[in-house]
Amino acid sequence: MSAPNQPLRRTPLHALHVELGAKLVPFAGYDMPVQYPMGILSEHQHTRAAAGLFDVSHMGQVRLTGKGGAGAAKALEALVPADIQGLTPGQMRYTQFTNEKGGILDDLMVANIGDHLMLVVNASCKDADAAHLRRHLANSCEIEELSSRALIALQGPKAAEVLGRFAPQCRAMHFMNAAFFAIDGVTCYATRSGYTGEDGYEISMPGDAAERLTRRLLKEPEVKPIGLGARDSLRLEAGLCLYGNDIDQTTTPVEAALTWSIGKRRRSDGGFIGADAILRQLKEGAPRRLVGIRPEGRAPVRAHAEIQDKSGRRIGEVTSGGFGPTANGPVAMGYVERSRAAAGTDLQVIVRDKALPAKVAPLPFVPHRYHRG
Amino acid sequence: MSTVKFTEEHEWIAVEGDTGTVGITAYAQEQLGDVVYVELPAVGKQVEKGKEMAVVESVKAASEVYAPVSGTVVAANDKLTAEPATVNAEPLGGGWFVKIKLSKPAELDGLMDEAAYNKYLKGLH
Repeated sequence: MSAPNQPLRRTPLHALHVELGAKLVPFAGYDMPVQYPMGILSEHQHTRAAAGLFDVSHMGQVRLTGKGGAGAAKALEALVPADIQGLTPGQMRYTQFTNEKGGILDDLMVANIGDHLMLVVNASCKDADAAHLRRHLANSCEIEELSSRALIALQGPKAAEVLGRFAPQCRAMHFMNAAFFAIDGVTCYATRSGYTGEDGYEISMPGDAAERLTRRLLKEPEVKPIGLGARDSLRLEAGLCLYGNDIDQTTTPVEAALTWSIGKRRRSDGGFIGADAILRQLKEGAPRRLVGIRPEGRAPVRAHAEIQDKSGRRIGEVTSGGFGPTANGPVAMGYVERSRAAAGTDLQVIVRDKALPAKVAPLPFVPHRYHRG
Repeated sequence: MSTVKFTEEHEWIAVEGDTGTVGITAYAQEQLGDVVYVELPAVGKQVEKGKEMAVVESVKAASEVYAPVSGTVVAANDKLTAEPATVNAEPLGGGWFVKIKLSKPAELDGLMDEAAYNKYLKGLH
């Protein structure tokens, strides 16, 4: 985290955000657009209906290359529970950096680019992540923070059609594929992935080309700029964790319902930081679990609200919550005791000293529409 | 003719006789963004000047609405429960929150008139 007194950093698209009339707020040390004049609700709906363009250049992009013929994938597996060696070239996977207790230091994407790995990490953790990588992997890997690069996300059912006008080969990619292609003469690195539950791409490009390419994409009639406000409501409806809210150093991947991201081989062999705690939880079950929560009324339930069972006993806390424009009602996520984690379980959530009835709901709230091919 | 007064917390009150209609200003709804939920007090509830009277929630956050004057709630705008976005569309009209029967009409003297409120808004930037 940046100190509050440090000047806010700017992404290569900052001037464009100002020109587009964005409302800018401090986020992870950056001056970022929370919304544009269209407003969060319309931006959310536009992304679900057509294509939204997000500036996510504040996120960390790291290139990891094995030294002297050694594999970066094998080295990275010491820090994450996913099967990284099993990634084929052009394939990406979601995982977490874990600590000794099995807690999550950050969550990240890892792609196999043939002779190296590409990592995308959270903005608020990127300095700590780089230090963590250097501490553990400096001998085995070259660690390059690609801080001059921009990253934009194009998300929504029209994303492939739009991007395909510039780079037709992007249409052949499947969810979680990575590839290089040129957009308007500029070589970009893109993955078919995102943080909205929709089909779409995250596109990495040189910072000095970012404004020109973004303006070009924004000229397409389906594309509108989307701020962090809608990014949050979109990811919440998609049941995707936000680091710092839903997961942190005190929550394990098992508690956070991220067990699916732990590789089969890793479950038997371990060999990553915190493996003892995580493998024990896989075997014995975790004491608590992150679940979807659907409040019954219209009142939004927000982070840190107390969760109780029907008798009024505290069983957990909401970690993310708000109004879901596509779900058309309040949606939330939070941790509850394991025995209360089954979908359909009756709960109550305390909002302004009142107990609101709610139910454990299956995640996601809005079905994913990834292009799995 | 009604008298319209404003608070520093961006509520407005339009007074006719001994009753005032209360809402939030255009500036307030603009700052909040899309309103998705409004919680109103029950008719008959006693409210006190400067104390929380209602809650308005946007996609981003929950905010309190304070009573601009003391009195008794004599009507609540139930339309906002079904169509909270009315607060954005017509903050000074159909988006009113409650009507209050004033118990201390002299409290109005401490509120801003429209010219003073506009000047106050300019000072915020």
